[in-house]
Amino acid sequence: MKHTRLAAALVAGVSLPALAACTSNSGSGDAADGRTISVTSSADDCALSATSAPSGRLVFKVKNTGTKVTEFYLYAADGKRIVGEAENIGPGLSRNLVVNADAGTYVPVCKPGMTGAGIRKALTVTASGEKSNATGAVQKQVESANTAYQEYVEDESTRLLAGTKQFVAAYTSGNDAKARRLYPTVRVHWERIEPVAESFGDLDPKMDAREADLEQGKEWTGWHRIEKDLWPPAEADEAYTALTPEKRTDYADRLLSDTEILHGRIGTLTFTVDQIGNGAKSLLVEVATGKVTGEEEIWSRTDLYDFSANIDGARVAFEGLRPVLKAKEPALEQQIAQRFTVLEAMLDRYRVGADGFVSYDKLTTEQVKELSDAVNALSEPLSHLTAAVTL
Amino acid sequence: MSDAAAAPRSLSRRRLLGYAGAGAAVGAAGFAGGMGSARATDGRTGPGIGRYPFHGRHQAGIVTPAQDRLHFAAFDVTATSRAELLMLLKAWTAAAEAMTQGRPVGDGTPLPYDAPPADTGEATGLHPGRLTLTFGFGPSLFRDAAGEDRFGLADRQPAALRRLPHFPADDLQDRRSDGDLCVQACADDPQVAVHAIRNLSRIAFGSAALRWSQLGFGRTSSTSTSQATPRNLFGFKDGTANLKVEEAADVEKHVWVGADDDGASWLEHGSYLVARRINMTIEPWDRTSLREQEQLVGRDRAQGAPLSGGTESTEPDLDIEGNDGQPLVAMNSHVRLAHPSQNDGVRMLRRGYNFTDGNDDLGRLDAGLFFIAYVRDPETHYIPMQTKLSRDDGLMEYLRHTGSALFAVPPGVRAGGFVGEQLFS
Repeated sequence: MKHTRLAAALVAGVSLPALAACTSNSGSGDAADGRTISVTSSADDCALSATSAPSGRLVFKVKNTGTKVTEFYLYAADGKRIVGEAENIGPGLSRNLVVNADAGTYVPVCKPGMTGAGIRKALTVTASGEKSNATGAVQKQVESANTAYQEYVEDESTRLLAGTKQFVAAYTSGNDAKARRLYPTVRVHWERIEPVAESFGDLDPKMDAREADLEQGKEWTGWHRIEKDLWPPAEADEAYTALTPEKRTDYADRLLSDTEILHGRIGTLTFTVDQIGNGAKSLLVEVATGKVTGEEEIWSRTDLYDFSANIDGARVAFEGLRPVLKAKEPALEQQIAQRFTVLEAMLDRYRVGADGFVSYDKLTTEQVKELSDAVNALSEPLSHLTAAVTL
Repeated sequence: MSDAAAAPRSLSRRRLLGYAGAGAAVGAAGFAGGMGSARATDGRTGPGIGRYPFHGRHQAGIVTPAQDRLHFAAFDVTATSRAELLMLLKAWTAAAEAMTQGRPVGDGTPLPYDAPPADTGEATGLHPGRLTLTFGFGPSLFRDAAGEDRFGLADRQPAALRRLPHFPADDLQDRRSDGDLCVQACADDPQVAVHAIRNLSRIAFGSAALRWSQLGFGRTSSTSTSQATPRNLFGFKDGTANLKVEEAADVEKHVWVGADDDGASWLEHGSYLVARRINMTIEPWDRTSLREQEQLVGRDRAQGAPLSGGTESTEPDLDIEGNDGQPLVAMNSHVRLAHPSQNDGVRMLRRGYNFTDGNDDLGRLDAGLFFIAYVRDPETHYIPMQTKLSRDDGLMEYLRHTGSALFAVPPGVRAGGFVGEQLFS
């Protein structure tokens, strides 16, 4: 629970062009090298500062001088295929569009008011020696990444539902030992797809709110409500009244019912590469803000299960995009892969048994700092994943 | 020095804001010295407007006239290979070149809308603030706690680059001490200094992790005769007798590592940076009579003159006695104990800052002096004096040393080079 604004991008996010004519992220963007083109989108013109540019990385600095919201598109020679786009530019605002363009002719278009065919211009990109390495194969990789991620999310959602059924059965029947055993391992399936689950703003607060997340006066339900009942606070810390069997059944039923709704909705989702990339980044934000700090599971102290599951989910997202990234930015691909490996190896040191982890309160401050450093080390290059695969 | 004039490219913060040449062609620091990289070259006056060249024989931020604000940071290197360490130093150098000249990290190269910006942005629209970034290498960069040679540098570690000894009454905290690397960011605008450390930390993720950092809100030393002597949180003028850039011969003698010194192959024209976080027990001090305060310091509070008489700039007379037969500058006074005549003639260039990190649980200010000194050799220029001060200085009753670190500060960076490259060549 939390950070719904981070997750919002996943489902509500603006879809990016599936694939531009791309090459690696090189070139300086220095205005003097002809790679920066100013575009002035006014009510009746789409003025470009140049009509030709060298192939490779190009920057369009789009300024909306009109009174309507505008868009700027760079189409291929056919005037249809989108090479790059800058959408929703309000009056008076500027935005940069960065693309990688092979030699050829292009159609830059401004669409003040965001409708119609727009004001069309021509741009000639001349061979500069910088070649695009994007091919039809990359387009296929993008499609297969989208499908693979969709399947992963569905699979995790299925496991979450099945696991939740077992968990609530144990809990309502009073088999606390079994419920405690299942709690972290079932939640793993939530945590692996947490940004997707959180993107449903009506369900997340009911299912994953921590006590401190609540608005005053609101009822606390979901996983963490049950967590506290299974790992009640020590008497000296807080006077806690155990839930009655009726209340247990009530919370359990609601959790299960919400999980079923979630599962139904997830079945309708499709994903784009930018959503997958942003999802990976969001998972690392979850780790950095809640898991490595031990704020997620304050009663069960099973934070490392969630930590590891967030990393699992980010790893899957990365692996799906990896072929695309490898084609576009091999250095970034190497760096992210290496830092995943370091962090995963570090987490492995805290594993217990087949699928368990040591309790968070067994970690020393130094160990937490070391984990946090490794999370930062991975998060920084991972934050460039989306732009790299969509450029 | 010669790179200075070439500084602003298309994206200086000033140009973004359109500050057209609004000022007389006077060095911001207002003095005509030509020491190393000490001269501000931006042709404008006013606090925080100037820029100092990043390149030069010495790193900027040492004899540079002390700016008003500090953010000091120490890092642990998490990289395990020499190549990664070199990449970090090169990336830091590029960012420092940009930021000290008022340009954003990444020099404003446009990135895709779906990428996080290269620069964190909070210094956009601010003056360069006379920002200097000074880099240092701690002993643990050369050998880890087990004595292992981490990056193939162990044979280049000067003997003097070792953890400072335990001084009497030291109350050091690990989380405020030591480090493999340090960056001293000084500027006239605190946001400019914090922006610099924030961005350097960000660049370092995966190669080095922030270990501790300290903000300083007011300089406690003057490093140029052009500057008025500031006051520390005891309310006294501090750094009156500090080594200053205009004292060229003494700076050479006491600050810069010389050609024949240990480690000179890479450290010549560099220096050593001693950092000490010194808490002041503010509340008891404020209950102390002016008589006791002045006797402990050895100067009068109003003017900063030595108690032996004269004005602030008068040399203290350590022999002159009062009617009780005791020296006017007391035997346990700070001025006496720290005076060069009592320390084999050694001097140091102090560049400390007042700090207040809020308060403790008892409602006492967590405040004091973040002491920074640059010396040619800590074995001769710092350790003996601090040993004596910690043992004998009457002020120690009101002081608690809570952090400590020593770094070797490599020489300045040449255009096209990177920080500390001499160490790796």
